[in-house]
Amino acid sequence: MVTLSENTLQEIEKAASKYVDRKSALMAALWAAQAEFGQLSPDVIRAVAEVIGVSNAHAQGLATYHSLYWKKPVGKYVIMLCTNIACTLMGAETLLEHLEKKLGIHEGGTTPDGRFTLQEVECIGSCGNAPAMVINETFYYDLTAEKIDGILEGLK
Amino acid sequence: MEKILLKNADVPNINDVDVYIAHGGYKSLDKIFQMGPAAVLEEVKRSGLRGRGGAWFPAGMKWQFCVEVNKFPKYLIANADEGEPATFKDRPFLEKDPHQLIEGMIVSAYAIGASKGYIYLRGEYPTGYKVLNAAIDQAYKKNLLGNNIKGTDFSFDLAVHRGAGAYICGEASALIESLEGKRGQFRVRPPYMATHGAFGMPTVVNNVETLVNVSHIINGGADWWSSIGSKDSPGPKVFGISGHLQKPGLYELPMGVTLRELIYEHGGGIKDGKELKAVIPGGVSTAMLTPEHLDIKMDVKSLQTAGSAIGSGATTVMSEDACVVHMVWRAMAFFYHESCGRCTPCREGTDWMVKILARIENGEGRMEDLKILEDVCHTIHNNCFCPLGEGAVNPVLSGLKYFRADFEEHIRTRGCPKGLRARARH
Ligand SMILES: Cc1cc2nc3c(=O)[nH]c(=O)nc-3n(C[C@H](O)[C@H](O)[C@H](O)COP(=O)(O)O)c2cc1C
Ligand code: FES
Repeated sequence: MVTLSENTLQEIEKAASKYVDRKSALMAALWAAQAEFGQLSPDVIRAVAEVIGVSNAHAQGLATYHSLYWKKPVGKYVIMLCTNIACTLMGAETLLEHLEKKLGIHEGGTTPDGRFTLQEVECIGSCGNAPAMVINETFYYDLTAEKIDGILEGLK
Repeated sequence: MEKILLKNADVPNINDVDVYIAHGGYKSLDKIFQMGPAAVLEEVKRSGLRGRGGAWFPAGMKWQFCVEVNKFPKYLIANADEGEPATFKDRPFLEKDPHQLIEGMIVSAYAIGASKGYIYLRGEYPTGYKVLNAAIDQAYKKNLLGNNIKGTDFSFDLAVHRGAGAYICGEASALIESLEGKRGQFRVRPPYMATHGAFGMPTVVNNVETLVNVSHIINGGADWWSSIGSKDSPGPKVFGISGHLQKPGLYELPMGVTLRELIYEHGGGIKDGKELKAVIPGGVSTAMLTPEHLDIKMDVKSLQTAGSAIGSGATTVMSEDACVVHMVWRAMAFFYHESCGRCTPCREGTDWMVKILARIENGEGRMEDLKILEDVCHTIHNNCFCPLGEGAVNPVLSGLKYFRADFEEHIRTRGCPKGLRARARH
C-alpha cells in the first residue's frame, strides 16, 4: 500500500478545484505523484485512482497512454534526446549512439548506479536549435558530442 | 515587416504583468468593453482570421456557432499542445510572453460568451507551465481574470491543464477527452463541440497563435490586420524553420511569403552552401515538396494547390545530404508511436509501414514493398476516425511521388547510399 504525502494530496485538491468534475484532475494528480515518488508504479497509480475517485483500471490506462509518466524507475537524471526529423537531420542519431556508448546503456535503459536514464523522445519544440535534449527540466540546444560530454560532466 | 506577435518576446521580464502593461498590454480590454461582444465577434469575422493550429478554419465562424447555442457555461480552450513535429512557434507565447495569450483569450472569451477557460499545455514545456501559472495568478490579482473583470459584468476563469506526452491530445476533440481526465481519443462528430464540447458544454478550441492575434485585431482594427498577408489567409504568422539551413529559427512574416523567401532570405539559404533536396512545408503531416516548388506561397490555397498543406507552418528543409527514405522512415516511426490504436488501418498500417521503410533503408527491401506502401496508405485514407493516419500517409506518398528513384536505389543497391540505418525503436 502506498500513501500519498500531505503535500501531494494538497496539490491534487488544488488541481481538482479547477474543474467541475474532479476526474479532470487525474493528470495533475499523476504528475504530483510522479514528483513525489519519482515514478508511477502500479501501487502509486492505484493510490492516485483512489484519491481522485476513478477505477484503478482507468488510472492505469491513462498513465500508460502518456510517454512522460514513468512507469518504471528512472535515474536521477533523465536524458531525453529528440530524434525527430529536424534533430535527426542535424545529427541526433549519432549523438544517441554517443550517449549509449558513453553511458554503457541502450536507449530506454538506466545506468546501474541509478544516475542516468537515456530516452529517445519525439519533438520537444526546439527544432530551430537542433539537435536538442532535455535533462530533467533543462533544455540543451545545438548539441555536439563534445557539448554533451561537457554537460554530463557538469552533472557529476 | 514590423513584428507584431513577437514584438516583445525578447523584452526582459515581459512575463511580468506590469512590464507587459507598460508595453501596451491589456489595452484591448478597455476597447472591447465599449464595443460589446457582438461587435468584437464581428470585427474578428471581418478580419478573416483563420485558425493557426493546422486546419485553418475561420475563427469567427467557429465562434459564431458557439455563440448561437443557448447553454452555459461555455468553454474556451487554448490548444498549446504543439505536438506536430518540427513545430515550435507557440513556445514564445508560453514561456516568454504569456500575457499576450491571456489577453487574447479574455477578448475571445468575451466575444464567445465563455466564462471558463483552459490552456492545454503539452507536458514537454515545464517552463511554460510555471510561467503561465504565474502570469495567470498575476492577472487574477489585477482583476484581469476572475469575477467582474475590470468592474464589468464579464467573468472569466482560466487555468492550465498539463498534458503528459501524447500527440493525439492536440487534436481538438481528443484534447477535450484528455481535459476530462480520459485517454485522449478522437470524438466522432456530430455532436459538434459548439454544442457538446468540454463537460458537455459549448466549447471553442483555438490554437495559441490564433488567440494571440485577436487582441491585435481589436487594437489595430480588422482592416489594418487583414492588410497584412495574403487575401486567402491574412495576417502575420510565426514561421518556424528548421533542418539544413544557415539560420534556422522563428520568423514572424506575413502570410503568403514564398518558400524561397523563407528558406533563402530569412533562413540564410541551405547549410554549408549545399543544394536543396526537399522541403516539408507545414510539419511532418504535410506532403514533401521539391526545389521546383520554391515559388509557392505559404498560404492555405497555394499549398493545397501544390498538393501539400500549410499545416502549422513548420518548414523543414533537407539538403542533398539528407536521405529521403530515412526521413520518411523516421516520420513513420513517429506516427506509429503516436497512433492511439483505436482504428485498425492506422494502428496496423503505421506498424507495417515503419517495418517496411526500415527494411528498405537497411537494404532488405523488395520492389514490391513500394506497392505495399501505397496500398497501406490507400487503406488508411478515409478509413479512420481521425486525421492522424492521414498525416502518416503524406510523407510516404509524397516521398514516393517525388523521390521514387531514391527508394528504388536503396532496394537495388541493398542499402542506404548515405550509409544510414534505421534503428530498432521501442
Ligand atoms: C493528430 C492531430 C494533432 C493536432 N495537434 C495540434 C496541436 O498540437 N496544436 C494545435 O493547435 N492544433 C492541433 N491540431 C488541430 C486541432 O485539432 C484543431 O484544429 C485546432 O486546435 C483548432 O484551432 P485553430 O482553429 O485555432 O487552428 C491537431 C490535429 C490533429 C488531427
Ligand atoms: S525535431 Fe527535435 S526538437 Fe523538434
